[in-house]
Amino acid sequence: MDWIFEPWPWYVAGPLIALIMFLLIFIGKQFGMSSNLRTFCTMCGADKTAEFFNFDWKSQRWNLVVVVGAALGGFIGSHFLANDVAVAINPETISSLKELGFNSAGNAYLPDELFSLEALTSIKSLSLLLIGGLLIGFGARYAGGCTSGHAISGLSNLQLPSLIAVIGFFAGGLFMVHVLFPLIF
Amino acid sequence: MKRTLSYLLIGIFFGIVMYKSEAASWFRIYEMFQFQSFHMYGIIGSALIIGVIGVQLIKRNNVKSFYGEEIHFVPKERGFTRYMVGGTIFGLGWALAGSCPGPIYTLIGAGYVSIIVVLIGAILGTFLYGLLRKKLPH
Repeated sequence: MDWIFEPWPWYVAGPLIALIMFLLIFIGKQFGMSSNLRTFCTMCGADKTAEFFNFDWKSQRWNLVVVVGAALGGFIGSHFLANDVAVAINPETISSLKELGFNSAGNAYLPDELFSLEALTSIKSLSLLLIGGLLIGFGARYAGGCTSGHAISGLSNLQLPSLIAVIGFFAGGLFMVHVLFPLIF
Repeated sequence: MKRTLSYLLIGIFFGIVMYKSEAASWFRIYEMFQFQSFHMYGIIGSALIIGVIGVQLIKRNNVKSFYGEEIHFVPKERGFTRYMVGGTIFGLGWALAGSCPGPIYTLIGAGYVSIIVVLIGAILGTFLYGLLRKKLPH
């Protein structure tokens, strides 16, 4: 059973993600996580300011339950199913990250330089997290889905729009990491 | 009630898979965009191969849901601009925050408090899109 405590390889994780998508399909729902962000907006009263949020959020309650589960799963995974937080990324990746100033690369699950509590007191890392979130939320809704809705659900159903969106995901990601990171960090 | 419990269990399962596969790790996303590991491509690729085959099998054999209902696959609306531009904006955020909308919750559960800032940003970004939607090309 030791394997449970080790990081799970891709050939375990990928099929399990497909299984999650099929479980939802067989319950009559669709796998898509970013739509919950719209639900939160409506719950906070955004339907009074923009028509886009004018929908029956209670129809999305099931997905909010999935969200609660996803958080519980993170708690269980990190507290009971893992011995070590270090993510064993490629040594080359570690050295390029260290050049950018990410000294926690290879020793942590998330970079301390952005996510530690001390980093929260820095205007720079705080704004980067906020901007990252803004781009995620704006882009996901503009594109009508995120990694789960387009890259997994949409492409599984051979949807051309999802392929265009996924090409966009990678164009944006590559530009951020290769062009903007050296300027930001 | 039974359905609610099944959503909760699916969510827990999803969270554990995201955490244990390290797909929720900022470092794995960075490594993926550097093309320095097969890990993330393997996860998405294997999920997709199984996904494509499974969806085809469901459609061709007219398989019913657990509750005996028809299974509908809603086709995505046609278009280009919104998918390309929206996708690119999403990709910029995905690489910067190192997390997509699912793993955000997983990381909160794992105790990374600062990811809440990313969540607040993502909710604000969604709100901003709702405000600007009619002015944006789709």
